[in-house]
Amino acid sequence: MTAAAATSAPPSALKGQLGTYVGLTVVLVGMVALFGTLSEYFLTRETFISIANEIPALAVMAVGMTFVLIIAGIDLSVGSVLALSAAVTAAAILQWKLSVPMAAALGLATGLVCGSVTGAVSVAWRLPSFIVSLGMLEAVRGGAYLVTDSRTQYVGDAISGLAAPWIGGISAAFVLAVVLVAAGQLVLTRTVFGRHVVGIGTNEEAMRLAGIDPRPIRIIVFAATGLLAGLAGLMQSARLEAADPNAGVGIELQVIAAVVIGGTSLMGGRGSVVNTFFGVLIIAVLEAGLAQVGASEPSKRIITGAVIVVAVIIDTLRQRRADRRLA
Amino acid sequence: MNAGLAVPVLSLSALGKDYAAPVLDDVSLVLNAGEVLALTGENGAGKSTLSKIVCGLVQPTRGQMLLGGAAFQPAFRRDAERLGVRMVMQELGLVTTLSVAENLLLDRLPNQTGWIRRGKLHDLAARQLAKIGMEHIDPATPVARLGIGQQQMVEIARNLQDDTRVLVLDEPTAMLTPRETSHLFEQIELLKARGVAIIYVSHRLEELQRIADRVAVLRDGRLVDVRAMAGVREAELVQRMVGRAVHEHEGRDRRIAGPVLLSARGIGRAEAVKDVDIDLHAGEVMGLAGLVGSGRTELVRLLFGADRADRGEILLYDGIAATQPVLRVRKGWRSPMQAIRAGIGLVTEDRKSQGLLLTQSIRVNATLSDLGAISHAGWLQRAKERGIARRLVELLRIRSRSIEQPVATLSGGNQQKVVFARWLHRECKVLLLDEPTRGVDVGARADLYAELDRMTDAGKALLMVSSDLRELMAMCDRIGVMSAGRLVAVFERGQWSEQSLLAAAFSDAAGRAASAATPTAGSAISDPNPGQPATADTP
Repeated sequence: MTAAAATSAPPSALKGQLGTYVGLTVVLVGMVALFGTLSEYFLTRETFISIANEIPALAVMAVGMTFVLIIAGIDLSVGSVLALSAAVTAAAILQWKLSVPMAAALGLATGLVCGSVTGAVSVAWRLPSFIVSLGMLEAVRGGAYLVTDSRTQYVGDAISGLAAPWIGGISAAFVLAVVLVAAGQLVLTRTVFGRHVVGIGTNEEAMRLAGIDPRPIRIIVFAATGLLAGLAGLMQSARLEAADPNAGVGIELQVIAAVVIGGTSLMGGRGSVVNTFFGVLIIAVLEAGLAQVGASEPSKRIITGAVIVVAVIIDTLRQRRADRRLA
Repeated sequence: MNAGLAVPVLSLSALGKDYAAPVLDDVSLVLNAGEVLALTGENGAGKSTLSKIVCGLVQPTRGQMLLGGAAFQPAFRRDAERLGVRMVMQELGLVTTLSVAENLLLDRLPNQTGWIRRGKLHDLAARQLAKIGMEHIDPATPVARLGIGQQQMVEIARNLQDDTRVLVLDEPTAMLTPRETSHLFEQIELLKARGVAIIYVSHRLEELQRIADRVAVLRDGRLVDVRAMAGVREAELVQRMVGRAVHEHEGRDRRIAGPVLLSARGIGRAEAVKDVDIDLHAGEVMGLAGLVGSGRTELVRLLFGADRADRGEILLYDGIAATQPVLRVRKGWRSPMQAIRAGIGLVTEDRKSQGLLLTQSIRVNATLSDLGAISHAGWLQRAKERGIARRLVELLRIRSRSIEQPVATLSGGNQQKVVFARWLHRECKVLLLDEPTRGVDVGARADLYAELDRMTDAGKALLMVSSDLRELMAMCDRIGVMSAGRLVAVFERGQWSEQSLLAAAFSDAAGRAASAATPTAGSAISDPNPGQPATADTP
């Protein structure tokens, strides 16, 4: 995986890239150690399994969001798309009596369509994706209420296999999330598409004049993010055995925080899916740890907010030092 | 001029400015109250640097300035403005979302404990507008709603303060209509009468004759001539700008041109490019000269599809039998992708903002034009990519630590070589080069010239825009000259001189009349036989 991070960071800067891995690992291990000393129950298998089964939805959305941020976009609608996809799947099973695979496919397709609309609208009218996805955030949430009739739909154990303990207590969803992180990193660093994505985020006009049309690439990135949000919706309703129209409210900010903690630039052109996964782990460990040490809800939120900003400050300083070294 | 009697308003002695190399050297000048001193010279002669020094935007490396006899060393623009030395710059410094009045009084908005006093603001602004004959503009209008010429007038009005002693106008009429220009000239006369000293930077010679009392000519950063404007002939001035009536271009023979590869007929875009006919032949370099803003870059961008033409057509030939085009595109290319697929490449004028992915490596930048060649089923073949990048680095002698070095850390010359490498990686038949040697050091320049020779030997057609006439005369087989959006002349190797090229570039209004009246160079370039000498009409 370390070698795969090399496209946006050439070997001369490979040390810098490894540096991020080391840096994020140190933060992660430090946090685990800290919570381990604060709570005698933290360093147990149960804690880690529950963290592992907690994060798949966040992780797969963060994979998509990494690509979105690299092209200097943003997608605020992922939480709503998650809810709508779950709702459509539930409705397909409960009301339209479709088979489970068909219902799941319909849920995923819903996510794909939502993402494509966000991408296509922002490309067609050259609107900032911030605005378009803000509109989608509202509209799609409304859609989720419509489909569920504003009530939580209980789907039972129809799709709970995705979230059920599988190998050593780890769910299939977690395995799938890890596979998608690896696949995302490979796509970003080893494919023509990934090269286009990084190039568009770095200098869109230069890409256009090099003969690469940025528009379809932008749409694909948003479409894929929608699809992944749809998958997150399935994962969520598998775990809860229900489709809640309020699922994923505000989760887009967690997703963005994870990506940014992983060192992806909001200005575009720079990012790594593996580092994003570290960001997801840091957020999840922080949440689980604070819960175990019995932090109150208000103090949990204050600490989480501070950690996000501090993490980004550290990464920015590190990046500036690296830039100065090159200059 | 009674220069000998009164103390000059401004005197410069032995001013010099070095960046990497000296751009201004040993300039001594006096400026008297109530006179208009024209400052002229070729692109890059140092006119802008000199004006910026006077206005505190740039600090001189050497020399002194005296303002009314006292030492004058402005460290910032504000220092100069406080002493009444103001400048109207070419690039407008207006906040387009604010009103005309707010822009005019931006640094001293009339207010009462922070609350803007609108009535007073508009009164003051209206008075200032009236001074330049712009009473018809409502001071409350947002600047964005004004035309570019009116914006320029607002910028001028902003600098016409009562305390102005020295006013520098940098190409003030570039965007003005004739009527606006007359208004401006009337205003300049009024300022003269009030004793304001004016430095008027322009390369429009007919304007200088109308407005200037004296003219100072800069060449390569040195002051080569200062004389009274009365009785100066244009040809004389041009010769002073160019320097020696030299013929440095005997160097090479004309390359043997092959068939036409790319033609444009009547290609145009709004007012920027006006119905240009041009043919690019295999195996030769065509130059494109002209002043900044004459439409050179705009034409090249149309030929590449970077901008869309709104009229005319582009014809592509297979280079074997140039009778029938293999492709005929009305209104030009739809996109750069279409042009690139047809075998056209572009080295942009501004490699940093339009050419390179600065934070990415040499390898990524060099192979960007054709990722298909280094990938299989969408997956990059990294060994192959590295091999190609290494070969290109070696071929073009790109000085770097490794192919993984980010291009931002390379010198200008080596960055430009990376852009070239891209169009070697993707074979193109026609390569358009916009100021390819700008900011490129001498050594790298020689390497790039050698590469251009290799390309023409390989039968590519090259079109090269440059502000450096000597470079064009050394490299090109034909040189087209653009002025005010038109291709006003095309010269064959052996028939040009710096003077004739410059005269064509300056022809502007005169050229417009000529092209309407007589079949000009347009007919010469569409001549299918490039061996035949084309005639250049110099007004």
